[in-house]
Amino acid sequence: MNSTQDDLIHYLLLLGDSALIQGQRLCEWCGKAPAIEEELALMNVGLDLVGQARNWLDYAAELLADGRDADDLAFRRDERAYRNLLLVEQPNGDFAVTMAKQFLFDAWHLQVLKGLCDSTDLRIAGIAAKALKEVTYHLRRSSEWVQRLGGGTDESRRRMLAAITQVWRFTVELASGSEAETRLAAAGIGADPAQVGAAWLHQVEATFASVELPLPPAASHFYLSGRTGMHTEHLGILLAEMQFLPRAYPDATW
Amino acid sequence: MSVWTLYEVFVRSKHGLNHKHVGSVHAADDAMAIENARELYTRRSEGVSLWVVPSALIVASSPDEKDPLFDPADDKVYRHASFYELPDEVGHM
Amino acid sequence: MYAQLVETGVKRIKSLDEMSPQERAFQEKIDAEIKIEAKNWMPDAYRQTLIRQISQHAHSEIVGMLPEGNWVTRAPTLKRKLQLMAKIQDEAGHGLYLYSAMETLGADRDEEIAKLHSGKAKYSSIFNYPTLNWADMGAVGWLVDGAAIVNQVVLQRTSYGPYARAMVRICKEESFHQRQGYEILLTMMRHGTQAQKDMVQDAINRLWWPALMMFGPSDDNSPNSAQSMAWKIKRQSNDELRQRFVDQTIPQLELLGCTAPDPDLKWNAERGHYDFGAIQWQEFFDVLKGNGPCNQERLATRRNAIESGAWVREAAVAYARKQQNKNAA
Repeated sequence: MNSTQDDLIHYLLLLGDSALIQGQRLCEWCGKAPAIEEELALMNVGLDLVGQARNWLDYAAELLADGRDADDLAFRRDERAYRNLLLVEQPNGDFAVTMAKQFLFDAWHLQVLKGLCDSTDLRIAGIAAKALKEVTYHLRRSSEWVQRLGGGTDESRRRMLAAITQVWRFTVELASGSEAETRLAAAGIGADPAQVGAAWLHQVEATFASVELPLPPAASHFYLSGRTGMHTEHLGILLAEMQFLPRAYPDATW
Repeated sequence: MSVWTLYEVFVRSKHGLNHKHVGSVHAADDAMAIENARELYTRRSEGVSLWVVPSALIVASSPDEKDPLFDPADDKVYRHASFYELPDEVGHM
Repeated sequence: MYAQLVETGVKRIKSLDEMSPQERAFQEKIDAEIKIEAKNWMPDAYRQTLIRQISQHAHSEIVGMLPEGNWVTRAPTLKRKLQLMAKIQDEAGHGLYLYSAMETLGADRDEEIAKLHSGKAKYSSIFNYPTLNWADMGAVGWLVDGAAIVNQVVLQRTSYGPYARAMVRICKEESFHQRQGYEILLTMMRHGTQAQKDMVQDAINRLWWPALMMFGPSDDNSPNSAQSMAWKIKRQSNDELRQRFVDQTIPQLELLGCTAPDPDLKWNAERGHYDFGAIQWQEFFDVLKGNGPCNQERLATRRNAIESGAWVREAAVAYARKQQNKNAA
């Protein structure tokens, strides 16, 4: 396996795993959203993300060519082999935490997909072009919710501020990428993590400023890293639930 | 007590057709009303365009006025193409 | 059926001669199969019955998300997860279509939901049963949605226009639910392990009778049916619909290679229908009264969702108001 291929597989797992775990967290909202309209909307975003995850993982499985398919990658990998962003594995908390996470992720996701639409890898460009339409809408919704909660009532503002404080440290992974990603960008395959990080920050700054939410200082690296499989403890529990059936019945056909 | 506003939703299904009333949604503001309407009424690509309007702003004709409003149109047959008999030689017109 | 035992508040059906001119005109319209629309005059009892029935139907869709929510985080493949998410989303959507139809009658959605949360309003008994293995996701789609469809197909011709139109939309979207459920079971039965086959039979054993109860009490114990039928809110009797469901379901059950937990179930050539055993009505009434296996959890989840989301809804209103003021200034 050449090293570009290796970089690419890791990159596809970063994209696929992040979308899948974010989608899984949204599934947890089922029946518990603050309004019925919001049930529909949260599930819709989740549906888009799990669909995207399947596309990325399909491609990753093909490149891995070790007999595993997308489902094997999703349901039979341990947390150390998962490559998702730390941000998306964080518990949902209240609606402010959920929306803060969603917004910070969407703003990153949009920039990555924009970059990937120009990928010389046409498979990637195709998946990204479709996903970009979906994520443009996700970001529209989540940024509006950040504004509503940040600029709504005293209570909602207090909760949004607390939510940002709680999850901000994980944004270090959104503001910068790995060397492998820089190499992929140079090869014309991946999105440039430096550009993504700058555009992400610009978007976050603008949305926060619109409702006078202070922008915290840049987060710094702190031992954990989703890209290398160094996760928070939350991921293992999430996977235990998500992977239960294929793990408990390894020979089953669903 | 409804804290969110009731909006009526109109969907245009394909280019060239009129917007058609499909139902209502609740939303706190206009942007949310469009988004909620999109989630609810166009999940299966039913539409290419949406209108939302606060239900309270709809002015409707009253059923009591049905006769004065709509009956007079019934006897204006000359508004309809079939009123005019033309010889067969004219063909389709 | 998603609406069971809907009160009409009417003790005896009036004949046309006993009606006021307005009432008579209304009944004649119904008899002539002309749809009643929101702004038309209607007897108050008709309006209240519809509000009760449509809200009950809507509540059922919303509460019906919960048994599936129990498994959506544990769906065994990406495809199954996507299918289940889409189905749950439809259910929220169907709840909203129905609330929307209900609101055309002048009812307030939040007030009706408050009645659900206080235990005053009902929802379908079926959703008070637990979903205990993955095959339940198949059995719910096949049996529960199947039973609902039998009922809802008829309701497409119900006399109240907005309700009938909501039903048309719902039926169109729901046809995928039953097929999806059945396919889950068929896959497990045809390609699965013994453990999976056992799951399927277990799910059917648990959900069979509750699914038959969905159609509501038998006709001779259904005091409100006559008025609902006269108003054409209801178009066919509980027992007729139940029989239709059994007749269409048994061949599908046999194709699966499963059995129903009913020793009395057999084809009756004379009637041209399947005979089936006696339903445990006491259980049905207990569940409807709030004493089913999951009533407490279901209501607590819904109550908590709306109560703990109040600050979110308020924030959205406050923000909208601020924006309006800003634009006006």
